[in-house]
Amino acid sequence: MDLTMLWYLVPSIIMFAAGVYGFCTRKNMIALLLSLELMLNAADLNFVVFNRFLFPDMFEGMVFTLFAIAIAAAETAIAIAIIINIYREVGNTDINSVKQMKF
Amino acid sequence: MDSVANIILYFVVAICIVVFSVMTVISRKILRAATYLLFVLLGSAVFYFQLGYEFLGAVQIAVYAGGIMVLFVFSILLTRRPDDKAPLLDSHRRAIGISVSVIGAVLLILAVATMPLIDGKSLTTVLSEGPDVTMAQIGYLFTGSGKFQYLLPFEAISVLLLACIIGGVTVARKR
Repeated sequence: MDLTMLWYLVPSIIMFAAGVYGFCTRKNMIALLLSLELMLNAADLNFVVFNRFLFPDMFEGMVFTLFAIAIAAAETAIAIAIIINIYREVGNTDINSVKQMKF
Repeated sequence: MDSVANIILYFVVAICIVVFSVMTVISRKILRAATYLLFVLLGSAVFYFQLGYEFLGAVQIAVYAGGIMVLFVFSILLTRRPDDKAPLLDSHRRAIGISVSVIGAVLLILAVATMPLIDGKSLTTVLSEGPDVTMAQIGYLFTGSGKFQYLLPFEAISVLLLACIIGGVTVARKR
């Protein structure tokens, strides 16, 4: 039995679908961010798998994944700062309690 | 033909990733959801190691599992009590979520299964075809501005991280 590209793409598809489900159903902002990380991670895994199986002598997928990880860290830090700020103003982190841009 | 150890490792990690990513989005306790996400991230790090990108796997563990998950746990504990449960979903919302994700997954699987680029090469074959990803190679990729070199995005990322530090302090500070 061979481990071909398809074998690595299927867990990534399921990870992405789980992320979409969480993004559609969750109401807590931090849970939304967790689902976002799932989807981002699925995309990262796809970049690496395509790089390894289709262009084994190149490094572009790996480089792009490294940049994506760095940007994900920055994005999460800022998002959590905003969520904590909203928690101070509103008292919870429910997505429905934020209806205006400015308090 | 791949070695039995590789195939067993693949199945353990793939089942881990599938189960824990579904648990992440259906768990009602958010601290547990964050822990399940940690297992998903570690599972993808194992995939990176198996595919021959050791540096990428180490970065994934250090940045995601070490940095981002700590931020998540901090913010969860700051904003909720740990035993808080999310309210039960109404069926309307759940129906939307399930239909969107299932239709999306089916379309993606159809697209992947009919993809003309798949040529059925095994992992061992492609690992022997490509060069090893050494640290010297990675350093070469990030410290030049020639073809297939990425100095400019590398510097842009460092400016972005600086802006992110300042922005995070500014947004979250007490007034």
